[in-house]
Amino acid sequence: MTDTQRSQGLHLGVIALLAAAFFILPTYHVGNLSRIMVLAIYAIGYNFLFGYTGLLSLGHALFFAAGMYGLGLSMELFDLSAAPALIVGLASALVVSAVIGFLALRTSGVSFMIVTLMFAQAGYLTILYFGSYTRGDEGFVIPQADRAMFGFDLSNDTTRYFAALLLFSICFLAVARLVQSPFGRTLIAIRENEERARMLGYNTVSHKLKAVIISGTISGLAGAAYALLFGYAGATFATVQYSIFPLLWVLLGGAGTTIGPLIGVIFMFYLIDLSSSITSAYMLIAGVVLVLLTLFAPQGLAGELRKRVFKWMP
Amino acid sequence: MDFGPHLLLASLEGAVTAAILALTAMGLSIVFGVMRVVNVAHGEFYMLGAVIAWWVTSLVGGHPAIGFVLALGIAPLVVGLMAAAADKLILQKINYDPDRTIVATIGLMYIIQQTTLMTFGPDARPVQPPFNTRLALPWFEYGESGFAMVWPWGLSITSYKLFVIVAAVAILTTLWLVITRSKIGLIMRATQLDSETAQAFGVPVDRVYMWVFGLGAGLAAVGAVLVVPIQQAHYLMGHDPLLLAFITVIIGGLGSLPGTIIAAILIGMSDGVISVFFSPTLAKIIATLVVAMVLAFRPQGLLGRSVH
Amino acid sequence: MDAMNILSTKGLTKAYGGIKANTDIDFVLPRGKTMALIGPNGAGKSTFVGMLCGRIPATSGDVFFEGQNINALAAHQRISLGIAYTFQITSVFAGLSLHENVALAARRRLGTDTAAVNAKVADVLARVGLTERTDQIAGDLSYGHQRLLEIAMGLAQDPRLFILDEPTQGLADSEVADFIALINALAGETTILLIEHNMHVVMQTAAYITVLNGGEILAAGTPDEIHANEAVQAAYLGTTTNA
Repeated sequence: MTDTQRSQGLHLGVIALLAAAFFILPTYHVGNLSRIMVLAIYAIGYNFLFGYTGLLSLGHALFFAAGMYGLGLSMELFDLSAAPALIVGLASALVVSAVIGFLALRTSGVSFMIVTLMFAQAGYLTILYFGSYTRGDEGFVIPQADRAMFGFDLSNDTTRYFAALLLFSICFLAVARLVQSPFGRTLIAIRENEERARMLGYNTVSHKLKAVIISGTISGLAGAAYALLFGYAGATFATVQYSIFPLLWVLLGGAGTTIGPLIGVIFMFYLIDLSSSITSAYMLIAGVVLVLLTLFAPQGLAGELRKRVFKWMP
Repeated sequence: MDFGPHLLLASLEGAVTAAILALTAMGLSIVFGVMRVVNVAHGEFYMLGAVIAWWVTSLVGGHPAIGFVLALGIAPLVVGLMAAAADKLILQKINYDPDRTIVATIGLMYIIQQTTLMTFGPDARPVQPPFNTRLALPWFEYGESGFAMVWPWGLSITSYKLFVIVAAVAILTTLWLVITRSKIGLIMRATQLDSETAQAFGVPVDRVYMWVFGLGAGLAAVGAVLVVPIQQAHYLMGHDPLLLAFITVIIGGLGSLPGTIIAAILIGMSDGVISVFFSPTLAKIIATLVVAMVLAFRPQGLLGRSVH
Repeated sequence: MDAMNILSTKGLTKAYGGIKANTDIDFVLPRGKTMALIGPNGAGKSTFVGMLCGRIPATSGDVFFEGQNINALAAHQRISLGIAYTFQITSVFAGLSLHENVALAARRRLGTDTAAVNAKVADVLARVGLTERTDQIAGDLSYGHQRLLEIAMGLAQDPRLFILDEPTQGLADSEVADFIALINALAGETTILLIEHNMHVVMQTAAYITVLNGGEILAAGTPDEIHANEAVQAAYLGTTTNA
């Protein structure tokens, strides 16, 4: 088997496993898993920028929220149906990430992190400021009756699970393919040594901008899907915490690996699930995990696996 | 109240904010200047300062001033030691790699914040100010009989708030003298300029980093002890100061100490004035956008020089 | 279009603050020849080639490539015109395989044609003698092999002008001999601008030599003319031929 066949097998196997899980796992975990898959889309989007392009953003919650509120507000205020609202959600994330990318890419390193953090904070405060429309921290519920698309009731557990799986699979396979393409390989080259890539004749700034837009739009899709499938949009999803979560998932699962984001989300989700039944200070676990990761496994779970066992892993 | 007295009141409140902000931001600025790392947990060291101050004052009976003075000594010391330990145990191990330091200090932020939630609890708790006399302030008006001194109702400040301003000025002046005049300051500046050369000349760079990190956190704690009689201690209170301190350090020019002070005064005063007249949320939106734009278009800050 | 010269500069100047690193450089590079750029440390050689390929913005003056003024072009655009540049300090993609390093260099021009890219990679790796190491990670190579990889990355771009900044620095004697053979094999195929300290390499490869001193051109001509030039001997050759 060639490495390409192996990685294709791995990706299809993961999707098959997720499909099978619906029939095997008890209802509680099936519900968790649909949430995990939507969050994994967010992590995949983040990983594209952080893991493959080498840009650490602390403001991705802004893109997630752009998708979430693009969909939510267009349904709430303009009575759009789910399908066009999803397009609005994607379009808002695309526009927001293009603007932020254009501005933030004037900087690099620590400044890039702080600029993205500041823009996301401004976005969060803007949602609060227009509280009469967005209902601020409290958020708003998208009525069950509206959450249907192409004749499927997306509030139903089964359709919701498979809708999440479908979206997850599209993003998962598309990004896996993209990072193997010449474009993706150029992004990896930029991550490894930007100056060298530039002196090979690549327009690194425009490559990075495209990476921000792709990453931001995938994150926005996750936000829109979250609002649509779980029927809720709230400012909490725009807080700094939701910018830090994808970083945490990707670091934990393995930055720059295709399956790292999913592994990271599953691990973190259940870690928090278990610890929140013990203490209300469940974010303590997140903090400890972050510190331990930076100290002992900077490459994450999938990254360490790749380094030690499966060298072919994409 | 008329516009004039109202503005004076806003400026005085702004000066208090500026004084606390200058201390907090100075801590962040020194750490960035000397070590070139961004400490995301800075706000939590601030919060710890306030919580320890509450704890010390609630243990000590008698006049509130006794507990307060003790807290002013103990809290920064304890917080500084904790930060130094965190530096030795975590940051030194990852070689101050900029990305990993940010991630590690984010982790540290949650650890400190959530541990405080588990022990100190979710409630906000007050600390008694050591003294708190209300001082009415005069205003001059041009009336029928020429200039006259009036005492508008509500135009007043407490003696404690004046003390906060004076204390911050005194602490920052001392710090300035230490950095520019003493041997410790010389070692810090040498490490900042070129840590490798400094190491070659026998400066124990690792230890300098450890104590600079401790000093940065200690300064945040001093600010918090001073603020806690005005604002109650709460486990989430570190969030806003962190953001404001970031803004201050960036506007002032990363690592520029005089720039940090000037920016703190500018931001503290305008924060005070703006939030009296405008919605605080709008003020924060504008402030964060300004910071993002300054970084994108003038990365050296308003007063900093470009780095080669 | 200038038929004789592939590249020229007019009054090219770089000042850092008040200090001039390059002053009014008028330079011509004949097509298809190997030109060596020599001069003592601090003569401004790296600054000069940095301005040619756009890494360093010029303070004033013009750069012409194939008769076209390229002042306004960014570095990556100049590279796209057919200029390849190897760094003075080895700069490869340390985390990627040799194949991927060279493929990145080839792909910018050959695009998505995988077969053509693979053929190009195999070809240039064979030319520099790194074929057996195709799948190794670049960061694991010895320093000398990393320099060869740099050259392979330059070759993979099929450049019209190949700028090499001190390519033999840190190479062993046998590797230097291989390098000389490689450059001589390229002569006629492409134009080469070589920044070089090793006078042996210069004399073995260069058809023309330009001497830079104190940020200004001290002399230019064939190796024999330069050798006979008294000003050059005084400023430079006299102190380093023995080195």
